Amino acid sequence: MLVTDDTVELARVIRRRWRVGLALTAVMMIAYFGFILLVAFGKDTAGTLLADGRISVGIVLGACVIVVAPLLTMVYARWANRRHDPAIAALRAKSEAP
Amino acid sequence: MSEPSGVAVAWFLGFVLVTLGITYWAARKTRSTREYFAAGGSISALQNGFALAGDYMSAASFLGIAGLVATSGFDGLIYSVGWLVGWPVITFLIAEPLRNLGKYTFADVVAYRLRQRPVRIAAAASTLTVVTFYLIAQMVGAGSLIKLMFGLSYNVALVIVGGVMLIYVLFGGMIATTWVQIIKAILLLLGATLLAVLVLAKFDMNPLTLFAAARDQYGAGVMAPGKLVANPLEAISLGIALMFGCAGLPHILMRFYTVPDAKTARRSVAYATSLIGLFYLVTFILGFGASVLVGRKVITAIDPGGNMAAPLLAEVLGGTGFLGFIAAVAFATILAVVAGLTLSGAAALAHDLWGHVVRDGKIEEAEQLKVARVATVGLAVLAIGLGMLFHGQNVAFMVGLAFSIAASANFPALLLSMLWRRFTTRGAVASMVTGTASSLILITLSPTVWKDLLGNAEAIVPLKNPGIITVPLAFIVAIVVSLLSPEPDAATGFDAAQRRMHLGPEA
Repeated sequence: MLVTDDTVELARVIRRRWRVGLALTAVMMIAYFGFILLVAFGKDTAGTLLADGRISVGIVLGACVIVVAPLLTMVYARWANRRHDPAIAALRAKSEAP
Repeated sequence: MSEPSGVAVAWFLGFVLVTLGITYWAARKTRSTREYFAAGGSISALQNGFALAGDYMSAASFLGIAGLVATSGFDGLIYSVGWLVGWPVITFLIAEPLRNLGKYTFADVVAYRLRQRPVRIAAAASTLTVVTFYLIAQMVGAGSLIKLMFGLSYNVALVIVGGVMLIYVLFGGMIATTWVQIIKAILLLLGATLLAVLVLAKFDMNPLTLFAAARDQYGAGVMAPGKLVANPLEAISLGIALMFGCAGLPHILMRFYTVPDAKTARRSVAYATSLIGLFYLVTFILGFGASVLVGRKVITAIDPGGNMAAPLLAEVLGGTGFLGFIAAVAFATILAVVAGLTLSGAAALAHDLWGHVVRDGKIEEAEQLKVARVATVGLAVLAIGLGMLFHGQNVAFMVGLAFSIAASANFPALLLSMLWRRFTTRGAVASMVTGTASSLILITLSPTVWKDLLGNAEAIVPLKNPGIITVPLAFIVAIVVSLLSPEPDAATGFDAAQRRMHLGPEA
């Protein structure tokens, strides 16, 4: 343990990481449970046909949730690479400095 | 369906020979417990991404979801989506801190600043319960599928699966298991994608043309929600168990210890999520393709559950040769999943129970490795025995039960131990015990077990999956018990734990 502002800075970086992680989790939950609620309560809406009756709203939205899942992980990875990792590296360098 | 014997057996033997060769190579590299349980932390992000996908994509999700889509259309998609959405949660919340704080099991993380013994016992109990139910479901499915595809007797099939898996895990540990999972994931994704391309080739390479053909044959209902989601509460309850259960599956969490650092863990789970997402999109095409090109009547005549939809489709589009390849891939798929499960069960027994409870954390390397191998043999025998015991039973609910326990016993304790300073030993133990027990009790009283399996007239609890009750309950118990039993040492230890969780073990 080093100087106090190091600890304060670490706490700030950790809080930010949890905020980002929990916010993205909330986005995933909204997408997924939104889809489930639509399927459960809006069967007719989900079954509405589009594109000359060749696809339904439900299939489009289901496929969207499947695509959104990896996209969100990439959003997180991008944020972590750009913002989180440098902050952690700086803190680590400080804690290793004599 | 024609007998796929010749080609299928040739493909399968090829897979087994290659993987046994890898096991021989892995066995010479497996000298320490860290190599046995975590492949020495030497797996790359892409390799672990494929291995995670191989650990997770079971024969049930390949054959089962293709079958469900083939026989009931849109409803199959609801399952696919549910199986995928837990992966982003692992990425955002769990993977990196887990990698930095733990060694072999998720209990390492929960117990880090709490009292080792009670936490390890509770975590090992929930891990072994999850692993056992998941194993039973896999083994019973394996026996029936192999019987259907290769014409082998059920018991012979179980002994082959259990025996080959035992060789991988016993001698090659995590290194061999990782490579079996990587090869299986590549074969499964290649096979399924090739099959989907062959399907789409019949429909101008346009999924919409395929859906239209299915609509012409079976009506517009094929693209609308059907019977699966009769009860909205039920759908949400299952959704909660799938989403958070994924982030509490011991054999998945264990894989994050095989990579060198947290950044690699993060990258590997992003790869895995993409691969698994692709797989479910492809499976949806396969299901629709099978319903149009094979026909629902033919599919359900061979297996009422529709499990043979994908193999039958392979036969129609690629002849016996392709059928044989797909059958062998399904076999390989089962082996890879069962190996991962067994290894995580062995880690709970050798590391959590023997290493930390019996030996109090002071254990010789050689002894731990020996205990790990004995545990592996024991679990393999248990898997074969339970597979035989549950022959002919409907075990589909057991995967749902495993997810429910993982979501309620493991996920809340894991998340709170990373996030909440005032989390205590008593809170953790109470939460894990409540999650496991409430899941077991509510499933026993559910329509699936109380009514269908035990033959009672009415279920006592109307929910098939108890996630909507057990997950919030486990969080509430964890929080209330922690607040009622303050543990100053655990709160003090939180700073050091946090430092290590985010800066890495070196800091």
